[in-house]
Amino acid sequence: MSSPDRSGELLSIAERVVAMAKPGEQVEAYVSRGLSTDVRVYEGEVEHFVSAQSEGIGIRVIRDGRTGTSYCGTLDPAQIAEVLAEARDNLSYGEPDEWAGLATPDGVAVTPQNLWDDSLESTSTARKIELAKELERLARSGDSRVRVDDSNYSDAFGEAAVATTTGIRVAGRENGCYLSVGTLADDGDETQTGFGFAVGRNTDELDIDKAARDAVDRATRLLGATKPASRRITVVLDPYVTAQFLGIIGGTLNGESVVKGRSLFAQRLGETVASPLFTLVDDPTNPMAYTATDIDGEGLAARRNTLIDDGVLKTFVQSSYSARRMGVSTTGNGVRGGYAGSPSAGCLALQIAPGQRKQDEIIAGIDDGILIQQVQGLHSGVNPVSGDFSTGAAGLMISKGSVGAPVREFTIASTLQRMLLDIAEVGGDLEWLPMRATGVSLVIHDVTLSGS
Amino acid sequence: MDLLDDEAFAQVLPRVLSAALTTGADFAEIFASDWRGTGVGLDDGKIEQLSTGRNRGAGIRVIAGETTGFAHTADISEAGLLAAARVAAEAARQGGGGTRVVALDERPRRVVSPIEIDPSSIGKAAKVELLRRVDDAARSAGGVITQVSAGYSDGCTHIVIANSDGLLVRDERVRTLLRVSAVANGDTGMQTGFDSLGHTMGFELFDKVSVEEVARTAAHRAITKLKARPAPSGSMPVVIKAGSGGVLFHEACGHGLEADLVAKGASVYKGKVGELVASPLVTLVDDGTMTHEWGAIAFDDEGHPSQYNVLIENGVLTDYMWDYLRARKEGRPQSGNGRRQSYKDLPMVRMTNTYVLNGEEEPADIIKDTKSGVYVAHLGGGSVNTATGDFVFGMTEAYLIENGEITEPLREGNLIGNGPQVLRDIDRLGNDFAMGNPGTCGKDGQGVPVGDGQPTLRVKSLTIGGTAA
Repeated sequence: MSSPDRSGELLSIAERVVAMAKPGEQVEAYVSRGLSTDVRVYEGEVEHFVSAQSEGIGIRVIRDGRTGTSYCGTLDPAQIAEVLAEARDNLSYGEPDEWAGLATPDGVAVTPQNLWDDSLESTSTARKIELAKELERLARSGDSRVRVDDSNYSDAFGEAAVATTTGIRVAGRENGCYLSVGTLADDGDETQTGFGFAVGRNTDELDIDKAARDAVDRATRLLGATKPASRRITVVLDPYVTAQFLGIIGGTLNGESVVKGRSLFAQRLGETVASPLFTLVDDPTNPMAYTATDIDGEGLAARRNTLIDDGVLKTFVQSSYSARRMGVSTTGNGVRGGYAGSPSAGCLALQIAPGQRKQDEIIAGIDDGILIQQVQGLHSGVNPVSGDFSTGAAGLMISKGSVGAPVREFTIASTLQRMLLDIAEVGGDLEWLPMRATGVSLVIHDVTLSGS
Repeated sequence: MDLLDDEAFAQVLPRVLSAALTTGADFAEIFASDWRGTGVGLDDGKIEQLSTGRNRGAGIRVIAGETTGFAHTADISEAGLLAAARVAAEAARQGGGGTRVVALDERPRRVVSPIEIDPSSIGKAAKVELLRRVDDAARSAGGVITQVSAGYSDGCTHIVIANSDGLLVRDERVRTLLRVSAVANGDTGMQTGFDSLGHTMGFELFDKVSVEEVARTAAHRAITKLKARPAPSGSMPVVIKAGSGGVLFHEACGHGLEADLVAKGASVYKGKVGELVASPLVTLVDDGTMTHEWGAIAFDDEGHPSQYNVLIENGVLTDYMWDYLRARKEGRPQSGNGRRQSYKDLPMVRMTNTYVLNGEEEPADIIKDTKSGVYVAHLGGGSVNTATGDFVFGMTEAYLIENGEITEPLREGNLIGNGPQVLRDIDRLGNDFAMGNPGTCGKDGQGVPVGDGQPTLRVKSLTIGGTAA
């Protein structure tokens, strides 16, 4: 079964808004519509089944450097007219900004992506429920100490369109499905938690066994964990942790932060900011990336940008606004958080250039270290402006080349600047994760462990 | 159309509930809301943009045995609601069927936080003006302040909740928020400072509290840290200033007292009612009725009136927090803690305003009696694993305590601890209770507004995640 691409209807709505622009106005309309399903299973029964439908429009009007925006969660024509009138009224309160403006088509060719799979649409409700039940069974049977907290199937279908008076006209659609499971492992009075997940464009792509295995492994491996003694130590970040770390680094390499005086790396272009082993690209054109896309949030072609090359800072990611203000070309990195938000510069799909060795080979060469398998509190303990880095962590001690006892309730701390320079090895174990960054084992020297 | 006074809308509700019950469900509920809000953003010395928005829709929940079906729609016409009701009913199908007539009985309106000045009655220019004052005040706090960003937002939600037990509740919620973030630049690089002000209150908030004061607080936090030394590494006594550490209780035990997590055995506090779980100094309350506080509500999002709930009394666990579903399973009353982010979300057990009651000591004595440790004057966010009790939270303004005196400022870092252990380790409690900054609590992907508070207190030992020896 193949359903017609109806994102053209959304584009027509956006175009009708743009056609109402008055002389001297730049107008952008972003229109989206989505459908999603969430199934949660608990102890073999459906705990909830959610069917969600949403739609909305966001309109931005710019005149004489002043910007006004308005949005609403419906595509009702009467309300759309009201949203346009509101955005116009709102702009009179903005202050003129000589760089304000919408993106203009820049001739960069779009790398087509295959973001839609028809077969997902014909997946029966029964099959969705069965997947969540099967995942629960698999996780429960993986280890006698393991209970399942919740097992979930989700899918989402989204369509969106952007049109502007500056000539942007794009529309597209995307779908995907997701399995996740939360586990609890008990040993006497102690309980530890784990999780596992799988993603795909259709249900056949979901690696349900791996999701269950990961969830069992993550919960059980921390049983009996103790608090380690404070010291300076070499850490090996698990690929999943590295991906989170890269997300923070990506946030600092942002043209908007640079022009607004909030970037650690302003004035550092062309300088060595990281170990020569470290190469970081943002490449949403790579179809392997979970966040692969053909266009950015402003409607320009998404593209591959090398941010750090062998340790040397090469590029900041730019939206059309930050690019104009820095006097450079946009990198196609406008990021938009749905119809209620305006686009701003951000990374789309970070990838680290992998090294050679697998994690166990790397660990074999470490005398005293710690394998960090999970972190907690990155949002509260990392300051991307000052660079201070501190996070709660859990993992396994590394002693004389092999992993040993589990440890938890400690922090690891350094600064982002030092951590980049202290990278001692990048693993070859590249993992494509359902995040904005890939994962790989990453070795960082001289991090402060705070424990007992 | 205004949900609150539209009688035609109210007359549709029983028919929609009946439709939702046709597949044999034992409970159906409609949560309809109409949110309108204004946001203004200032950055880099300029009002960047003013944005207004509206989100209106309804979520329909159908419960049959252990299964909940839920569907939501932005189309609140009778046809739109009936379509959503059929989807939700199908999702929770139990085979059986039949017709049930629902008669609704409207509960009296209840006001917990009276609103004097509806923000939507205030011109946009006045909101812009607030941020200009914030920018001026923050920048004049010191020449080292190199950047200021600030946000103003207000929102008014009209809510109608109706269920097959005959409940009909209408409510209006108004919240107003100001956030300020400053960057200071010095020899040691950049530092940031943040402060916020948010209440379940209208625009009169700004007659009561000076926005300049909020701006200066954010600026001073950034400036102070320019001279800060790296935070220490390791376990030590920590004194937490009144009104800055409620998040510790929110994370260290609040989440673990949510009945949905307890029911699944995902809480360290399962089976501990009646037991001593904290220092006898600690009495912990979750209070949705606390007038004008960020987490205040007249009714929860299932239509149950908000309550003052004692969770821990003199160290003894007295009760968990409850929503409709968990209370029904246990055959006990709800506690007014069933909340949801919007009409698009299922309700679950959530906190409102969570705080520790006053102790008896002078805060100065607590500091004086601490030979060496850390004084935390402001905390950022935090998170907890409820099953293990392990939590972290970030300190965004902190100082060393040396020989009973507050001395050097410290750079940022996380604190880490274990909830049950930390509750037992509270060994001093002040008499200077204060509420903290407005918070957004995240759980299962949904954010809801919450408040927290505590008097100055000391934890015997917490692990500070800094880099200094």
